[in-house]
Amino acid sequence: MIPTAFDYQRATSLDDALAKLSASNGAGKLIAGGHSLVPLMKLRLSEPTMLIDIARIPDLAGIREQDGTLEIGAGTVHHDVATSPVLRQHCPVVADTAATIGDPQVRNRGTLGGSLAHADPAADYPAVMLALDAEIHLRSSTAARVVLARDFFQNVLTVDLAPDEIITAVRFAPVRAASYAKLYQRASRFAIVGVAAALDVSDGVIRSARIGLTGAVSHAVRLTTVEAALAGCEPTSRACAEAARLAGSDLEDINGDIHASETYRRAMIPVFTRRALDGALARLTVQS
Amino acid sequence: MAASLVLPKLVGQRIKRREDPRLIQGRATYVDDIKVVGMQHLAFVRSDIAHGRILSIDTSAADAMDGVEAVFTGAQIAELLAPMPILTPFPSPDHRAVAVDIVRYVGEPVAVVVTADRYVARDAADAIVVDYEQLPAVVDPEQAMTGTPVVIHADFADNLALPFLPGGTGVAADFTVDDTVVDQAFADAEVVVSQRMVNQRLAPTPIETRGVLAHFEPGKGTMTIWSSTQNPHTLRTFIATMTGLGQDQVRAIAPEVGGAFGAKINIYPEEYVAAALSKRLGLPIKWIEDRSEAFVATTHGRDIIGYVDIAARRDGTVVGLKLRLIADIGAYNMLLTAAIPTLTMQMASATYDIPAIRATLTEVFTNKTPTAAYRGAGRPEATYFVERAMDMLARELEMDPADLRRKNFITPDQFPYTTQMGAVYDSGDYGKALDLALQNAGWADLKKQRDAARAKGRLVGLGLSMYVEVCGVGPSSSFPSGGWEYAQVTIERDGRISATTGASPHGQGNETTFAQMLADQFGVPLEHITIHHGDTGVVKQGIGTFGSRSQAVGGTALHLAGGKVKVKMAKFAAALIEAHEDDLVFEDGMISVKGSPESGKSFADVAKYAYVPVPLPKGLDPGLSEEAFFEPANNTYPFGCHISMLEIDRETGEPTLLRLVAVDDAGHLINPLIVDGQIHGGLAQGIGQAMIEEFRYSEDGQPVTGSFMDYAIPRAADFPRFELDNTVTPTPVNPLGAKGVGEAGTLGSTPCVVAAAVDALSEFGVKHIDMMLRPEKLWRIIHGGQP
Ligand SMILES: Cc1cc2nc3c(=O)[nH]c(=O)nc-3n(C[C@H](O)[C@H](O)[C@H](O)COP(=O)(O)OP(=O)(O)OC[C@H]3O[C@@H](n4cnc5c(N)ncnc54)[C@H](O)[C@@H]3O)c2cc1C
Repeated sequence: MIPTAFDYQRATSLDDALAKLSASNGAGKLIAGGHSLVPLMKLRLSEPTMLIDIARIPDLAGIREQDGTLEIGAGTVHHDVATSPVLRQHCPVVADTAATIGDPQVRNRGTLGGSLAHADPAADYPAVMLALDAEIHLRSSTAARVVLARDFFQNVLTVDLAPDEIITAVRFAPVRAASYAKLYQRASRFAIVGVAAALDVSDGVIRSARIGLTGAVSHAVRLTTVEAALAGCEPTSRACAEAARLAGSDLEDINGDIHASETYRRAMIPVFTRRALDGALARLTVQS
Repeated sequence: MAASLVLPKLVGQRIKRREDPRLIQGRATYVDDIKVVGMQHLAFVRSDIAHGRILSIDTSAADAMDGVEAVFTGAQIAELLAPMPILTPFPSPDHRAVAVDIVRYVGEPVAVVVTADRYVARDAADAIVVDYEQLPAVVDPEQAMTGTPVVIHADFADNLALPFLPGGTGVAADFTVDDTVVDQAFADAEVVVSQRMVNQRLAPTPIETRGVLAHFEPGKGTMTIWSSTQNPHTLRTFIATMTGLGQDQVRAIAPEVGGAFGAKINIYPEEYVAAALSKRLGLPIKWIEDRSEAFVATTHGRDIIGYVDIAARRDGTVVGLKLRLIADIGAYNMLLTAAIPTLTMQMASATYDIPAIRATLTEVFTNKTPTAAYRGAGRPEATYFVERAMDMLARELEMDPADLRRKNFITPDQFPYTTQMGAVYDSGDYGKALDLALQNAGWADLKKQRDAARAKGRLVGLGLSMYVEVCGVGPSSSFPSGGWEYAQVTIERDGRISATTGASPHGQGNETTFAQMLADQFGVPLEHITIHHGDTGVVKQGIGTFGSRSQAVGGTALHLAGGKVKVKMAKFAAALIEAHEDDLVFEDGMISVKGSPESGKSFADVAKYAYVPVPLPKGLDPGLSEEAFFEPANNTYPFGCHISMLEIDRETGEPTLLRLVAVDDAGHLINPLIVDGQIHGGLAQGIGQAMIEEFRYSEDGQPVTGSFMDYAIPRAADFPRFELDNTVTPTPVNPLGAKGVGEAGTLGSTPCVVAAAVDALSEFGVKHIDMMLRPEKLWRIIHGGQP
């Protein structure tokens, strides 16, 4: 519970953070809410020698709507996402997801950027970012780039992010007919299985569906088989239930641990897929 | 002078705890808040394997580190400390505070470092390299009993710490066993229900982990030791013994203690090591347990397997009970380890008039953290085994679980009732508690609700449990360091009251309840009273707070001490007022002749007179301070009935508790609000055990729930609003009629929640489910498998 010695710097702006990061020659480790990093440091599983604190950079946090696109700053804490009127109005699934994370202490400190960068296999946000086909915006001291969520998550705790890069924000087109369903791990409150589903429906037909799954395998993935099965269907509970049955059937290496065996997790994927789809359908009805 | 204020009677009132503002505002002083000049920090190197021989310990890197004061291996500590003492009468293997050549559980200390800086302490501990020869480990007690793959302590064949302790019908004082009556009961029975049940291992997890600060002052030759403990006087005794000091030379202080749940009764290796090293180095030494350590270095609770057979007639009359207990006590005996499961035996009769009982106990060593008391300590296990068996019997006989219980209750006219296990229940009216619980729950209606929900395909179940508890632990024959309690009451010169109590509360609220009692006894405002505790330099003697005894035993000692002072004060008042002492009343801050308040003197004036007694009344010494020891004649036996309603998600197996109705009878209540709080906490921990808590090891003895990320403890949001009520059956054991309530909530809640889960899944033919109610386990029952 006592970390190894480290130096600490607080960044005052994004440019300042990027400068400090590149000046640290690879030694610098970003800290935002500290709710993934500090537990690892206390267990000495992570032993950074220099922390660069980005938690108080004003323009890294905040939720904006512009030209029909939503942007959430990477430094926005889970609580602010969960309670954002903009999100509640335009894309409630993101707020709902944030509200399921951990407990109030975690939600008051933990950030979207930290969660995405850390990419815990059981983290909630990755599923919803996949379902929204979100863009993840990155900056280094020399360049800026955009990675799609579906390319960003690569393996256990592994993402497409260079050591000198900072996640600045995520952007996505809001979807009202989207929802998140989660089976809680009862100690940590992480997802044993978490499914985010977003539906694009017009003229009484599901044009496309995007479904993100977390908790089940090494990193969050899209359930493309279910998505394909839904395309062109009527937006009914029955169609969704039918398609949800396929969920996870093509996945290998399902996680198993003391909280949930592989068998059980596998069985829960269709259940929570259907629940997420039902939730999305319910929002469709409210909308129309 | 007329009385200027009217003081309400406070005993029995729902008064908010006086200790809470400082706790809530962060103004309490815990061990870690205490700093002494020159203080050093202690860190432990702990075994990361479950069983192994220490081949070498390389301390050179740590020795060379800046700021390292000293490094000691187990062998070096062994030169300073005798083996760890125990308080139980059973044979026990040598247990060194720091392992000397073999480690037997993950978390066992193997070396220590002393440094000026806590961070360096951890770095230095990390720099010590221990080389082990791995030995096979055993974590399953029934496996351990076969003696394979390994015997953990050479002198304890088949890992049997306590091979066989029989109790109940036909067992003589010398433990010879005559089974005739029990066998006959089972032979005559019309129905027998049998079940193996596991009462799983739990980690107590108080919010404040353990901590100690030992300060030996070489100039004076005395030791002050602050520790997060439930019993500073016991700590003093053992620290003195182990460091070669006299009890007069050791002062033990329990400052604010942030929860304990029984796990801080034990005196631990870290306390002895801190004391011994402080004496050796002449420096104050502090150790604060971190959370990772707490999961393995603080004793665990429960971990008992029970084989239960219950024999009955078809009409529901229970004619016999067999309870074969196998307790997994972990790698060593701690102070009271071996005693805890004996309480499970002692309570095998539960609330029932069972004519023939055979209970037996076997205690087994495994490569796990040692067990000891955890809230309820042996009694929740007994309640669980017997109540689950009663439930299974009710199901077998197709009887309402309430009716089956009622049929077998010990009736009010049978008290005092001596059970087949030898426990003498003081008083009880179990039917009354059951009736009130049924009424509050709306039992008949609840069944209809359940059936209606079932008709819609929902998995809803009801559970009911009785319990009887052993509290007010005394007399001295029942507790190895003494079963009395001590108090002193002093009326100060200004008319305020200082009281000391040997009960060392750490969340029980005695600063409030004890002040309520004294306020009524002396007719003074609560605000004029301070209750001192937790410091052997201030409180001359004491036993401590555990076994739900602080009110029943400590409160009575206080009441007796108060009574003595009151007699003396009345004599001073009588002299001042020129009245007869027997005619005086203490009311509203005055002492006056009954019926004529204008005759009176203020309480403060009489106090002042007692300290400047001019003239000194004949036959009186100056001053107003008296002490009392109270030795109860027996334990107390509170009881109650808990009812729950629970729903299980058919698709996922997730259980949700919908209702929890509790009726508890703790005798007379000093403060029903505090009692509610105690019940709430107990319920939370009992429901936690039923639903989400389990300390688990891998087969090779690695803890796999060693953090809050994996070890679930309940949160407020996990519960419905608890529906509490109480009946009042006073105890004749003490003049307060108070029985004790600190642990009760853990007894009834656990079996009643499991019973509700079994009921919810009855359509799948399941008769029993072992705790905890892991969703996957329930899902497997629903989806065709077994748990
Ligand atoms: C008790 C508990 C329960 C939890 N329960 C859940 C849960 O139910 N669901 C869930 O999803 N999560 C849960 N979490 C994790 C939580 O959401 C974390 O807050 C989050 O994963 C990390 O965000 P942070 O701001 O705290 O990041 P930090 O811990 O500060 O950093 C995490 C990692 O991200 C990097 N980083 C941080 N910000 C950036 C950035 N802008 N750009 C690039 N790299 C960055 C850091 O360098 C570090 O490697 C829980 C955590 C705890 C302690």
